[in-house]
Amino acid sequence: MSKATQFFGSRWGMISAGVFVGVFAPLLQHWGNPGNMGICVACMERDIAGALGLHRAALVQYIRPEVIGFVLGALIAALLFREFRPRGGSSPVVRFFLGFFAMIGALVFLGCPWRALLRLAGGDGNAILGLAGLSVGIWIGVLFLKSGYTLGRSQKEMKFAGWIFPMVMVGLLGLLLLAPQFGRTPEGVLTGPIFFSQKGPGSQHAPILISLIIGLCVGFLAQRTRLCTMGAIRDVILIRSTHLLSGILGILIAALVVNLLLGQFKAGFSEQPIAQTNQLWNFMGMALSGLAFALAGGCPGRQLFLSGEGDGDAAIFATGMIVGAGFAHNFSMVSSPAGVGAYGPMSVMIGLIFCLIIGFTMREKIA
Amino acid sequence: MADTVDARGLSCPQPVILTNRKMKEIGKGIFQVLVDTETSKENISRLAQQLGWAMEVKQEKEECQIILKKD
Repeated sequence: MSKATQFFGSRWGMISAGVFVGVFAPLLQHWGNPGNMGICVACMERDIAGALGLHRAALVQYIRPEVIGFVLGALIAALLFREFRPRGGSSPVVRFFLGFFAMIGALVFLGCPWRALLRLAGGDGNAILGLAGLSVGIWIGVLFLKSGYTLGRSQKEMKFAGWIFPMVMVGLLGLLLLAPQFGRTPEGVLTGPIFFSQKGPGSQHAPILISLIIGLCVGFLAQRTRLCTMGAIRDVILIRSTHLLSGILGILIAALVVNLLLGQFKAGFSEQPIAQTNQLWNFMGMALSGLAFALAGGCPGRQLFLSGEGDGDAAIFATGMIVGAGFAHNFSMVSSPAGVGAYGPMSVMIGLIFCLIIGFTMREKIA
Repeated sequence: MADTVDARGLSCPQPVILTNRKMKEIGKGIFQVLVDTETSKENISRLAQQLGWAMEVKQEKEECQIILKKD
């Protein structure tokens, strides 16, 4: 066990986790997931929000087994290596809204940091602006961190508290398999409460078992190695450490190679799958997400893995993201291949103002 | 021990920031850091290695005392 711990904690452990994601994300796309969306935590949580009817955008509704796998895989790793520690209480409301606005930023850009890498590895040039925005957002977050920003300490919680979020995931798996239909429209037609897209990205998915198994493996590996895209950029700026960066370079390079092998690589800016070309808002959307991730201490993937370890604060952030996805679609904030949504730019600005207020006000002497 | 950085319950990367700050502040000598997650322990161990501090870890149930030394 200690040898395994040593390997996962090493640079090669980190690289292998990144390469695993980089190999299997394009393969998931090959097996049915939408374009450059083999894995995208934000998009997948958005699809889950849609499947639960929290938004009714008919093209993006599906309970993505990968997300379930991420949490449960991290749970298994945490239990095996005795790292399951239920904890919480570090500014939960602030974390909820950081997750909420992080999702809005991600849906204006159309992707989480992992998808930004996967889009780049698929030849989508728009991802460059997204990654640039992400880096700037994280850099602002680092400035706050350096000047004493904190969300306060978490407290140890009762064991059961840590099981709630994983149990929600098991519940989602049940809803995915059963897809109950007992709602009725005013005309008496069966509808919901679970909605699955008949066409569009939500209808495109790899077989459930494959998605679930890959999700479990990613969750396991990421929990052990602490793979985090936000952390990768943050640590380079903050402490000149390239440990986490080697993981995301692993994702990028492996995904590029696999995309080339599968014929999924298509260089350019226009007509990229599930992407928009308004570069200002590609940049600003991801800057908002990057700042929110930095203030919350992890990218959306990392928040799911932490949730699996029993971290209630991370679970609140993830819940904020799912609720945020519902609002983002219902309030026309999301982008589409046609361009940014009517209220996308305004909501990104509101989110940035929120994050800046949090950054300036949440500080205390803790040393 | 006189010099203690209490990083228990703090989320990533604050334990590293506080430890780094302490290292810069005292330049050399000895101090302890208290953490309660494996991640914090690993991160501080990498930082210590990077900056040439010797490290000794005492694990007590869920908490961990890290003693950092530089001559």
